[in-house]
Amino acid sequence: MEVKTASKEKIIKQAPTTVSGAEAVIKCLLEEGIDTIYGYPGGAIMPVYDELYKYQDKIHHVLTRHEQGATHAAQGYARVTGKVGVCIATSGPGATNLVTGIADAQIDSTPLVCITGQVGSHLLGSDAFQETDIVGISTPVTKWNYQVTKAEEIPEVLAKAFYIARSGRPGPVLIDITKDAQFATLDFTYKKCAGIRSYKPFPKVNLSEIERAAELINSAKKPMIVFGQGVILGGAEDLFQQVVEKAGIPAAWTILGLSALATDHPLNVGMVGMHGNYGPNVLTNECDVLIAIGMRFDDRVTGNLKHYAKQAKVIHFEIDPAEIDKNVKADVAVLGDVKETLQLLLGFLKPKHHDAWHQEFKDMYKIEYDKIINNELNGKKGKLGMAEVIDEINTTSKGDAIIVSDVGQHQMVACRYAKFNQTRSNVTSGGLGTMGFALPAAIGAKMGMPDRQVVAIIGDGGYQMTIQELGTIFQTKVPVKIVVLNNGFLGMVRQWQQLFFDKRYASTELINPDFVAIAKGYHIKAKKVTERNKLQEAIKEMMDSPEAYFLEVKVEQEENVFPMIPTGAAVSDIRLE
Amino acid sequence: MEKKNYTVSIYTENNIGLLSRIAAIFLKRHINIESITASKSEVNEVMRFIIVVKVSEEQVKKIVGQIEKQIEVIRAYYHTDEELIFQETALYKVNSAEFVEDLTIQDFIKETNARIVTVTSKFFVIEKTGKRHEIDNLYDKLKPYGLMQFVRSGKIAVSKNEMPISSILEDFNTININS
Ligand SMILES: Cc1ncc(C[n+]2csc(CCOP(=O)(O)OP(=O)(O)O)c2C)c(N)n1
Repeated sequence: MEVKTASKEKIIKQAPTTVSGAEAVIKCLLEEGIDTIYGYPGGAIMPVYDELYKYQDKIHHVLTRHEQGATHAAQGYARVTGKVGVCIATSGPGATNLVTGIADAQIDSTPLVCITGQVGSHLLGSDAFQETDIVGISTPVTKWNYQVTKAEEIPEVLAKAFYIARSGRPGPVLIDITKDAQFATLDFTYKKCAGIRSYKPFPKVNLSEIERAAELINSAKKPMIVFGQGVILGGAEDLFQQVVEKAGIPAAWTILGLSALATDHPLNVGMVGMHGNYGPNVLTNECDVLIAIGMRFDDRVTGNLKHYAKQAKVIHFEIDPAEIDKNVKADVAVLGDVKETLQLLLGFLKPKHHDAWHQEFKDMYKIEYDKIINNELNGKKGKLGMAEVIDEINTTSKGDAIIVSDVGQHQMVACRYAKFNQTRSNVTSGGLGTMGFALPAAIGAKMGMPDRQVVAIIGDGGYQMTIQELGTIFQTKVPVKIVVLNNGFLGMVRQWQQLFFDKRYASTELINPDFVAIAKGYHIKAKKVTERNKLQEAIKEMMDSPEAYFLEVKVEQEENVFPMIPTGAAVSDIRLE
Repeated sequence: MEKKNYTVSIYTENNIGLLSRIAAIFLKRHINIESITASKSEVNEVMRFIIVVKVSEEQVKKIVGQIEKQIEVIRAYYHTDEELIFQETALYKVNSAEFVEDLTIQDFIKETNARIVTVTSKFFVIEKTGKRHEIDNLYDKLKPYGLMQFVRSGKIAVSKNEMPISSILEDFNTININS
């Protein structure tokens, strides 16, 4: 694969140069250090594409097969690199096709700048050809958006867009640019945005809150940490590990917190939430101090709020003031960038061990192991199971792969069983649960981290939602590994139908095409495994392949994911079967 | 949780599109806006929205948090009626014929501190500024005389306590520039 990088030499501009609005867009991207963008052309954005042609050696434009693919690819890129992902589309249907990815990025705090073309400003509001009010449509799902109608606004607005997307709690920004603004000329000078007066990305840190938090933690008998993606977004993984180790506190992750702390770290006690591990869920309702770090108490994590950690004092480390007390009332709210607040906290913490308390987690793990994990990992269930596939990937990757998962049972299994040594390695659609996310996101992830192995784990349902991105993989030669866990069902929905709707499998069975033939049609190496004794070899072959590789694994049709907290139940009422 | 009237007061940059962002926050939570006023504020280039909603304190707190999160919002506050000095204005268009014949009406216009804005051969327009119940009171009195049109403004309010917007903006200028 060839990802072109922007030339290092900075173009120094003494006097402003006169350029078109479209060229200004590209120059802004270069000023922001952007070397890869994802998109799809069309009438209203053609001036920008024309300029991209000129700048091919500086910006690698990836033509996805659908604009949704462009957003997910940009998300994958952003999630693994921490940089802003950029995507670009035309007006009307091009712009509306971005919306799912934008909404996904908003809820998972992923920095994106989406640039859309718009009809000429004299046509705005006239239902012109391919006109949609994308600013109106995207308002509830963007961190900020803006419509540019004058070329001279472009440098300042784009500088603002990048600043807003990446600062504080990151998020997606959409900039809509009318066609006339792309054609008109301006005197181009660029100044990076350093602040906006109405926007406070980092709340002021209040030292007395940190002292109160430390006091509670130091005197706790059964403290427990739940960490989320905030630790990763704040780049505070090392500090976080120091906090965990110094205070000797068992730490559990939310689905997006996964990989912020190595899976094998002795104090890592597993996943919380609907399909999380037994111990951390049950013990949430037994700890005396619950320390939430960079997580937002999503309802998939808390189960029934009325029965969530009522016995515990809650400490909430958070960058977004609107998250404090939103779902769970905090006894101590530590606002601020975790990199700053955890650093300060560390100074106040007393070194501790909580061995007896930690043992309770281990005991519960043993119960879960005997009832579930052992059966799932060690092939005691007859047909091939999803967990065995993930485990085999762990073995060959030694925990160094980036795993991009789609949405459904396979996602929960991937997150439960995947092992990670490095941060920013788990890429999944957490908050929105967007089927179709993984295939394009894997493309972006691999382009962002070309030296790392990127494996997408996808269900047979979600795969078909963005299957056309195989074309992007073929064209760009991006060497991603694609594993489809084929159970012939929309498995997660089927599980619910089995458990809560009397086994009435309404529209969840899938009659699937020949996936291997389809991959081969795109000139991608492909293989299908149906038997356990062929799995290891197939995974090894896939992982060793220097090119893209598609592997279909036929798995047990009616496997269920446990543990599970049924909707409306308390976290401690998590079911093992 | 007890629901009552809260006045949400929002200082913002003067930008197109912000109203729809703010409205969306109420819409998402199915909260009906009782009244809304947008105008310039005491600070140059800074707009002020005053929105009245009937909700619980917990709800209004969360809404204000979400509003403050918007990039162009400088600061948002919420107040109960006790913390505010507030007024509403109403216009009443009344049939002239009825009006001229009945002299008592002239008295209660004086008593209620209402004001005649316009007189034509066909109608009178009366203006009244005051609390909601005072405006409603005058409405009830004028209704029998053939009220041809009636309109009431949203609530406008200033707080009894200081809302230090100017100093918040100054803070920005000293801290954020080139940080
Ligand atoms: C775009 C979208 N549509 C519908 C859903 C609801 N949904 C959640 S999981 C799921 C089934 C996923 O099936 P599959 O991709 O085959 O994965 P499996 O659960 O079988 O592993 C569905 C339909 C969703 N999350 N996203």
